[in-house]
Amino acid sequence: MKIRYFAWMKRTVGVAEEEVVPPAEVTTVGELVAWLRQKSGGHAEALAEGAAFGAAVDKRTVPFDAKLAGAHEVAFFPPFTGG
Amino acid sequence: MTVRVQESDFDVGAELDRLTRDNKRIGGLAVFVGLVRELHVREGYHRDRIDALTLEHYPGMTEAALEEIEAEARRRWPLEATLIVHRYGRMEPGDRIVLVAVGSPHREAAFEACEFLVDWLKTKAPFWKLEDTPKGEKWVGAHAEDDQAAARWEKK
Repeated sequence: MKIRYFAWMKRTVGVAEEEVVPPAEVTTVGELVAWLRQKSGGHAEALAEGAAFGAAVDKRTVPFDAKLAGAHEVAFFPPFTGG
Repeated sequence: MTVRVQESDFDVGAELDRLTRDNKRIGGLAVFVGLVRELHVREGYHRDRIDALTLEHYPGMTEAALEEIEAEARRRWPLEATLIVHRYGRMEPGDRIVLVAVGSPHREAAFEACEFLVDWLKTKAPFWKLEDTPKGEKWVGAHAEDDQAAARWEKK
């Protein structure tokens, strides 16, 4: 699946997007976050526990307990500041 | 009925004219235009001057989120016309960022729905502001007041 990062998270992780193949036991967004944290120091910092960020699966905002089943694109981003 | 996300500026007069021209049922049109402010208040008192603002967004999700917000406004109020134009990219103080216009037979619905749309798009549409200041770049943090403004429209 494709992972995308936005705003400061993109800079902290070091890439705007990446292709990953998580192991079968990663079934929710929250589990994906925990798994991604192990990829690098930047990942660990951007996706740190307690950091203020949200997630979207296939371009819809979801809670962290949302299932990943069939997801093509998962995005992580800081709180929105448009308008 | 229209949502647009674009890099270029928009002409407010031309947009409003196009929105209302062929609909004689509209009795009131409420309009909000968001601009890039030169001074930003931080921590309640300290002020930083900004040289520019760069808006990043999530193409595809942004349009879908704005369309959902617009659909929700139409469920809540009797609206004849709605328009949301939001820019992304680099803007300078005084530049227009966003246009929200709502036409309804009566002004109450137009005013309320316009305020609702602005409140919700600030907290539910995937945009992020990066400020260019004399001290360097700074990502704008979410404001508690914006969350509170959006929350008052949540259905009890």
